[in-house]
Amino acid sequence: MKKTIDEIEKIRWERRSDLDLRVNRNTPNTQRHILVCNGTGCTSSKSPKIMEKLEQLIKEKNIENVRVIKTGCFGLCSKGPILIVRPEDTFYSLVKIEDCDEIINSHILGGQIVQRLLTKDLNGNIVNKLDELPFYKKQKRIVLKNCGLINPEDIEEYIAFDGYKALIKVLSSMSRDEVVEEVSKSGLRGRGGAGFPTGKKWSFVKAEEENQKYVVCNADEGDPGAFMDRSVLEGDPHTIIEAMTIAGYAIGANQGYIYVRAEYPIAVKRLEIAIKQARDYGLLGQNILNTEFSFDIDIRLGAGAFVCGEETALLESIEGKRGQPRLKPPYPAHSGLWGKPTLINNVETYANITQIILNGSEWYSSIGTETSKGTKVFALGGNVNNVGLVEVPMGTTLREIIYDIGGGIPNGREFKAAQTGGPSGGCIPKQYLDTQIDYESLKAIGSMMGSGGLIVMDDTKCMVNIAKFYLEFTVSESCGKCTPCRIGTKRMLEILEKICDGRGNEHDIEKLKVLADSIVKSSVCGLGQTAPNPVLSTMKYFMDEYEEHVKDHKCKAKECKNLTQIEIDPEKCKGCDLCKKSCPVQAISGEIREIHTIDQNKCIKCRTCLQACPFKAIH
Amino acid sequence: MENEKCVNCAEKKLQDETRELLQKHEKRKDGLIKILEEVQSKYGYIPKVSQLEISEYLDIPLAEIYGVITFYSRFTLKPKGKYNVSICLGTACFVKGSKEILQSAKEKLGIDEGETTTDGKFSLDTTRCIGACGLAPVFTINDEVYGNSTVKKFNEVLDEYIKKD
Repeated sequence: MKKTIDEIEKIRWERRSDLDLRVNRNTPNTQRHILVCNGTGCTSSKSPKIMEKLEQLIKEKNIENVRVIKTGCFGLCSKGPILIVRPEDTFYSLVKIEDCDEIINSHILGGQIVQRLLTKDLNGNIVNKLDELPFYKKQKRIVLKNCGLINPEDIEEYIAFDGYKALIKVLSSMSRDEVVEEVSKSGLRGRGGAGFPTGKKWSFVKAEEENQKYVVCNADEGDPGAFMDRSVLEGDPHTIIEAMTIAGYAIGANQGYIYVRAEYPIAVKRLEIAIKQARDYGLLGQNILNTEFSFDIDIRLGAGAFVCGEETALLESIEGKRGQPRLKPPYPAHSGLWGKPTLINNVETYANITQIILNGSEWYSSIGTETSKGTKVFALGGNVNNVGLVEVPMGTTLREIIYDIGGGIPNGREFKAAQTGGPSGGCIPKQYLDTQIDYESLKAIGSMMGSGGLIVMDDTKCMVNIAKFYLEFTVSESCGKCTPCRIGTKRMLEILEKICDGRGNEHDIEKLKVLADSIVKSSVCGLGQTAPNPVLSTMKYFMDEYEEHVKDHKCKAKECKNLTQIEIDPEKCKGCDLCKKSCPVQAISGEIREIHTIDQNKCIKCRTCLQACPFKAIH
Repeated sequence: MENEKCVNCAEKKLQDETRELLQKHEKRKDGLIKILEEVQSKYGYIPKVSQLEISEYLDIPLAEIYGVITFYSRFTLKPKGKYNVSICLGTACFVKGSKEILQSAKEKLGIDEGETTTDGKFSLDTTRCIGACGLAPVFTINDEVYGNSTVKKFNEVLDEYIKKD
């Protein structure tokens, strides 16, 4: 049933009082909501089964004042499955199906919190509430404000928390110019990587005199280790729909496309549900909210090609072709989808729009640094204690993200490097841990903002091997259109393989530099132009490792197998037998409480024992 | 024309099914990837018979369709095994040792990435990030996700599947 503005406001008012206990945690309430994370991470660790079980128990026991709610990602993926009981804000982590009985009996019916399911902070103290977790303390949630708070499959929950309020404001009181102006003044820059000013992009497309224009959302999040956009789509799909509709109004388009990876089945499903609901409520389609403005959105699936994250390749793919980048200019703002003016923004960029419209550009531009406004979402992963999704104001330092929020490096290891920007970015060494993160500062130290993957690496990682890993990725994802990228990256990879195999010599380093330089200068698209970055940045900061590989034929980190032997230090070995048990090929021998040894002929150098040893006796 | 294509009944069935599937789509060239997705999810690969049908329906040369299929890594021209083992090689999984798991999988199944065992039971794939980085390293067998894995755990899980039919 299509709604009028008044009807939407009525839904907001009615549902908000019903949901207030999720945000107003201090008011006494007889109602309770159990929020269960249904993001990809927690779903993989069986959270939907936990939901089923909770619902079944509530039904069996005829409990009336409790509802189980499916939500998006809470962020702390390494502790999943996670559930939160509100209003008291109890944060249960690593929940198993067997724990459901106790949660219902002890907590819901008996009022006694299940202590053993609470999380501990790094000092071993039990944390009762989500707000008290160090992981959340330094975060500021604008983009992720609804993730983990609302049921993404219920449009009315979105409406209750100010959903479609920005669209109503725009349609009823703002001119197209005013919308573009507001976005421009906010200082928002593209979150897909390059950081082009969003308002400028909107004004370019708006200025085009053409009847048919398109709005495209780039949700082809291909960076390995990045899952920010996916979490927004899974946890708060309506915010993207609302922002695209506002964009459509501002630039004068009536059709939008969301290009999303098929590898994200949950995100695709929630988007489909959200689009259908928005159409039913008259928030998409002909004459939105009884105004003159019409706009609709369709989903297009990506089929597993990294290069389709490049805007012109993405357009080719929407048109049903091989995703090969076009030459620029003309830019998509002038000639994009089917040759028409097209606005392309990334998911996270759109996720900022409704907040800018509602709270004003002044509020938004007060957050962040001089040149980079607002917040940035990072997918924190790799060798760090708290793996998950983190949103911080621009200007936060790497140290704050990795140590205060991420809880530092596990297993007593040392920080070696942080990788941002995926295959287009670089590795940031220890000396830059206190750099305030924004577009310019990251570029200055040889990396880039990228879409927001932030992978932490400890001192067991070989940087030459990491560079090789990224080159393998680029080689397999190069679209093949231009020679520097197609052949150049392949040659670079071959040299890196040679170095890691112990066949390298000093000339190889020089050759890598020359190749990298010409690939950067002569590739057609951003993927090729940035492909050598992982090599260049590791060369800049970890040249000693390259030299060690080619001169001494050694790999200090012991990752390059032809250059290493794994050994047990007889002085440190306590004979605990853990390494022997962990070895997949039975290469370790020794009686319990006696010094163990490794049979080098059997050893496959998988390094599993290194992680198993509690005394750091293996190296 | 139709009879020439149908060399046996299995092909005829594929042809009919593809035609039925195509009826649900408009004759628009930009619908190609969507159609290929549907065929791929129905059969686990894109049979040549289906490609010919799509080519005729959308009026796109077969060579171009082949070009699109081989460009995108989700599409395959060969059937996958009954159990598709997929190792995540995203960065988060990589720094936590997923390469070792891949190596182990290759040795144990005796096949390389992208191949299927001769009995059709297992196929081996790598993937670039399924987004479960909090559980790294991760591998999947069909739709089942196994997180926080080690070479040892992988071998144990695989042994279970080897015992199965």
